Amino acid sequence: MSTLGNRENRDEASNMLVGENVPAKNAIEVKGLVKSYKQLKVLDGIDFAVKQGTVLALLGPNGAGKTTTVHILCTLLLPDSGKALINGLDVVKEDDKVRGLIGLTGQYAALDEYLTGIENLHMIGRLYRLRHQDVKQRTQELLELFDLVEASNRAVKTYSGGMRRRLDLAVSLIASPPVIFLDEPTTGLDPRSRLIMWEIIKQLVSSGTTILLTTQDMDEADHLADRIVVINGGKIIAEGTSDELKQRIGSERLEITVAEASDFDEAKKVVDEDGLHFDVKRRTLSVVTKGGVHQLKKVLSDLDDAGIEVESVSYRSPTLDDVFLTLTGHTTEQSNGETKDPPKG
Amino acid sequence: MAKPSFSSDIQKEKHSKVFWALSDSWVLTKRSIKHITRNLDQLFSVALFPMMFFLLFRYVFGGAIDTGNISYVNFLVAGIFVQMLAFGANYTTMNLAIDLQRGIVNRFRSLPITRSSLLTGHVAADLVRNMISGLIVIGVSFLVGFQPVAGPTDWMLVFGLAILFSLAISWISAIMGLLVKSIEAAQWTGFIVIFPLTFVSGAFVPTDTMPEALRLFAENQPLTHVIDAIRGLLVGTPIGNSGWLAFAWCTGIIVVAMPVATWLFRRQTLR
Repeated sequence: MSTLGNRENRDEASNMLVGENVPAKNAIEVKGLVKSYKQLKVLDGIDFAVKQGTVLALLGPNGAGKTTTVHILCTLLLPDSGKALINGLDVVKEDDKVRGLIGLTGQYAALDEYLTGIENLHMIGRLYRLRHQDVKQRTQELLELFDLVEASNRAVKTYSGGMRRRLDLAVSLIASPPVIFLDEPTTGLDPRSRLIMWEIIKQLVSSGTTILLTTQDMDEADHLADRIVVINGGKIIAEGTSDELKQRIGSERLEITVAEASDFDEAKKVVDEDGLHFDVKRRTLSVVTKGGVHQLKKVLSDLDDAGIEVESVSYRSPTLDDVFLTLTGHTTEQSNGETKDPPKG
Repeated sequence: MAKPSFSSDIQKEKHSKVFWALSDSWVLTKRSIKHITRNLDQLFSVALFPMMFFLLFRYVFGGAIDTGNISYVNFLVAGIFVQMLAFGANYTTMNLAIDLQRGIVNRFRSLPITRSSLLTGHVAADLVRNMISGLIVIGVSFLVGFQPVAGPTDWMLVFGLAILFSLAISWISAIMGLLVKSIEAAQWTGFIVIFPLTFVSGAFVPTDTMPEALRLFAENQPLTHVIDAIRGLLVGTPIGNSGWLAFAWCTGIIVVAMPVATWLFRRQTLR
């Protein structure tokens, strides 16, 4: 069981404002955030809020403004206009206090390559200004939790990608900050490491931590987030719970692969269903489905009637592309060929 | 997998701002000092490069250089020593640039720490590295015939001045590290600045045979004062005004460069 009973005691700001039985207030509040790099408007008026102890996923393609939003909330960047609060503290005016409340795990592991796992944890623990004995104890707990005990005395440069991510997250948890930012925590991880990461994130939430995570993966947002904010070109294009979004975008896709490329155009005409999405290269057509057998039968018999041979049929979860197709009418590639997150440095 | 158990009694220590400024700097100095022992390449290259110059000048050019009534090797040691300190400080530029290019700087910036402590850590660790390299250079100089006349007080003054000079040039290097756009650029900026400064000085040759403009520059730039002061202390050549001028230059540079570097580092957050 989690033993995170008195988080409120450590969190002076919220302690002053929130009594014990008041319903959860917002751990993160963002209002009208705007940020430009030279001519490029990266954030164009972003508003959202994250309740204490919940997970919000910022879902969007590269260059949507996810990392910029996280960097502003972590006091690494100043917004051009707008306001952002962490536990009621302004990230611009009270940045020093905000830094004591947050943990950041970025897209690229922010670790010291020459130090060992233990040394990385000790260093950051002391920089969070924890007592020596607490740093030692937390380090041990986190190494065990993240399955890094064996590697703990090795230099980080010998770690695998998955181990680095786990250590990186462990480091940002050393002071048990009440608010954690995870910037694409599973991008580039193998499937197993990804599942481990998901498990850790779920456990963190169950212990009362507020999490803002960014992802390009609809499936990940669906698994982890209480609320999802879909962001594109610096603007929010949809927001809601996973279920609410699924009602708009459909829960699953029926995907049909046509055997002959020459039949593809004909097949597009025959399969005239809701949310049709096709990929010429892979010879696939996908449609929104509620999982019913009727629709499957109809699509297959229509194709059969037209003399089109079907190679395979499968069901799959909606991807980020499907989300964008439904919400904006085009897929992510078309909506944003231009941008990557601007260089940091 | 185990459930996360969070120690519920974790508390932040309560201390004064000054305490934390020192503590943060110390934690980050320890980090950079660990880099020295784990990245021996850097330590050796700091000592190796001047060592090559040392042997080159001692045995190749030295015979043709007239240093009056002291032997060339006795003349040369102070120059090599100061050149080594100057090149060593370039690692502040490089290590800082490396931190800035990698994600780790974002982690440090998102922590509730004293802002300048990352810079202080690099500068302090480079001082340690420079002192180790300095001892190696002095050790080797005895092997090639160096015969100092310095007493204990003179040696203490030499190392005091070496520390001051190392800090001054490291803070300038910190500024360069914050301004360069890449790690490659960091490797070269130091050389571009330090090469002319060490050669257009009294490090390897007496300045009086240089063309007038060059001689004026060489005789009045800070490295020459530091070199002349150290040379005087080691082998008894006349120091003149160079002693207090060296002290004034180094102190002045530190007083200006430290806040400038800190300001630059802060400003980078506000992009």
